[in-house]
Amino acid sequence: MAIEAASVVLGEVELRTSNIGGGRRTWMLIRQNPLGFFGLLVVLMLAFVAVFGRMIAPLDPHDVSTTFQTGPSLEHLFGTDHLGRDVFSRVLYGARISLTVGFLSVIFGTLVGTAIGVFSGYLGGSIDNLIQRTVDTAIAFPALLLLLILAAVLGPSMRTIIIAVGIAIIPGVARVVRGAVLSERNNQYVEAARALGASTTRILVFHITPNIVALSIVIMTTLLGTAILAEAALAFLGLGIPNSITWGQDVNDARSTFPFHFWQAFFPGAAITLTVLGFNLLGDSLRDIFDPRLRGRL
Amino acid sequence: MQQYIFRRLLQSVLIVFVLSIVVFLLLRVAPGANPALVMCGINCPEERLHALEEEMGLNGPRLPVSVGSGAPFVEFHKHSQYGDWMTSLFDGSFGRDWNGNSVGDELKRRLPVTFELMIITTLLTIAIGVPFGIISAVMRNSPADYGVRFTSVLALAVPNFWLGTLVLLLPQDWWGYAPPITRAVSFFDSPWDNLRQYVPPAAVLAAVSAAGIMRLTRSSMLEVMRQDYIRTARSKGLRERLIIGRHALKNSLIPVATVLGLQVAALFGGAVIVEQIFNLPGLGIYTLGALIRKQYQVAQTLTLYIGVIVVLLNLGVDVLYAWLDPRIRYS
Repeated sequence: MAIEAASVVLGEVELRTSNIGGGRRTWMLIRQNPLGFFGLLVVLMLAFVAVFGRMIAPLDPHDVSTTFQTGPSLEHLFGTDHLGRDVFSRVLYGARISLTVGFLSVIFGTLVGTAIGVFSGYLGGSIDNLIQRTVDTAIAFPALLLLLILAAVLGPSMRTIIIAVGIAIIPGVARVVRGAVLSERNNQYVEAARALGASTTRILVFHITPNIVALSIVIMTTLLGTAILAEAALAFLGLGIPNSITWGQDVNDARSTFPFHFWQAFFPGAAITLTVLGFNLLGDSLRDIFDPRLRGRL
Repeated sequence: MQQYIFRRLLQSVLIVFVLSIVVFLLLRVAPGANPALVMCGINCPEERLHALEEEMGLNGPRLPVSVGSGAPFVEFHKHSQYGDWMTSLFDGSFGRDWNGNSVGDELKRRLPVTFELMIITTLLTIAIGVPFGIISAVMRNSPADYGVRFTSVLALAVPNFWLGTLVLLLPQDWWGYAPPITRAVSFFDSPWDNLRQYVPPAAVLAAVSAAGIMRLTRSSMLEVMRQDYIRTARSKGLRERLIIGRHALKNSLIPVATVLGLQVAALFGGAVIVEQIFNLPGLGIYTLGALIRKQYQVAQTLTLYIGVIVVLLNLGVDVLYAWLDPRIRYS
């Protein structure tokens, strides 16, 4: 077991330091993380659909027709919904909101969460204690309920959904970052910097923060799936962005409009699953490449 | 230890107090949040709106203490919206919603529904998550391990509302079967009908939480199997079954137990969704309705109770952790 672990570490070091060509290096990274590569492909495909989906879409997703709730066919790849709209086109259009909300809310949440985490971990003492108890409670508090309250309070719009989802992920980020700051603080290079007479601000900005940035990016990727799920759940419950095409809303339509039809719910939900799966796989791989110690904590 | 619990209890009271004020104010500063307007409907005449506001007690001071710019600077109010809410919590009525229905009565009706849902979900989560996690760890890198890991990665990506919708729609579409959508049936009146109502939604919730537990059990088991005392047990010549069953399992289930404790609270979010899909008259759907219809008396009371449960669960989990694992003792 120990030898196995050692060889893995050595392989990792070799991979990072050797001067093998870029192409071969990439190929090795892919071979080591096939699932992560699959995730990356899914994410790239989604990004493409989010940007160009409106041009690819065969039909206008708002166009109603008299062919209600048909299963998949050549004319309608994913079938039609209760108003006779083309589900395939709707799924393509839906990617944009899902990804926009996902990215923006995660960026917002990670920035604030990282700031709180660094602050809390660095200050320590009773302020740290207070923040951590709050974070404990917020993490244990049912995330969906928190989202529902925020969404109901802020009112329905794109901006408020982004803020609500962002707020919901702050506590998790704050906790992980705080832990990282605590362990960075005791590292020898920080001690060395302190011995050289660096001020605490300098240590925070030039020594600790650069190490936290990589972590924050990994956290962001792993949280993207969560954020996308959160937006979809809100849309499903009718608290999403009004007058827009979202996957969650479409699943809800399939459930709440009679007669119920399986196909109508299947494709929008499958799109959510694929998206979340892609981001989760990519995030896990990035985490393993950058910081294997985080396994199990993220 | 006692001192630690005492200190944590004090902190918990403080957290719950802060939570109550935050939720109370949050629900009131919201734009377009006037519940009287929602109650009155569109095209509400001005006088009727004011009468409603008065009737619903929305015109009084919000907090018992207010800071003014005038002479007494700090004013205390005998009756305030927050104060009245707090009093109502302790006089047994649990407040009333704007239609005059007692929140306490609703709770009495709805609590058993959500409670049963959570119990079945937790049982299913343990029954699926723990054994497969162990299998996956013991048979590491075997096809079984890959199968378990693949399933759990997939399950963590599946939105529970989609899974629930499919579980409801598929049998309906293909075989014309639907779970009985009537009033909630008590388990003691008719166990079979009751389970037909509760098991599908619980299974939907358990599918996702079992995936998490599976992963955790696996990694925790692998961690323990690496320990020296397991090697000692092996070198003593103990049978593998004994090593895993007696030595490894106990320690590897400690983190699993604590996470399960925390998941109970998180299940409430899932309850909102499956109650909505499967039409179960539980607390989740009640909370959602209260938030959408601006029934703040209800929403804030429910949130506060959930907050109390969360704080107590947190404390319980920490104490449990210290009790299960003698290596962790609080100073």
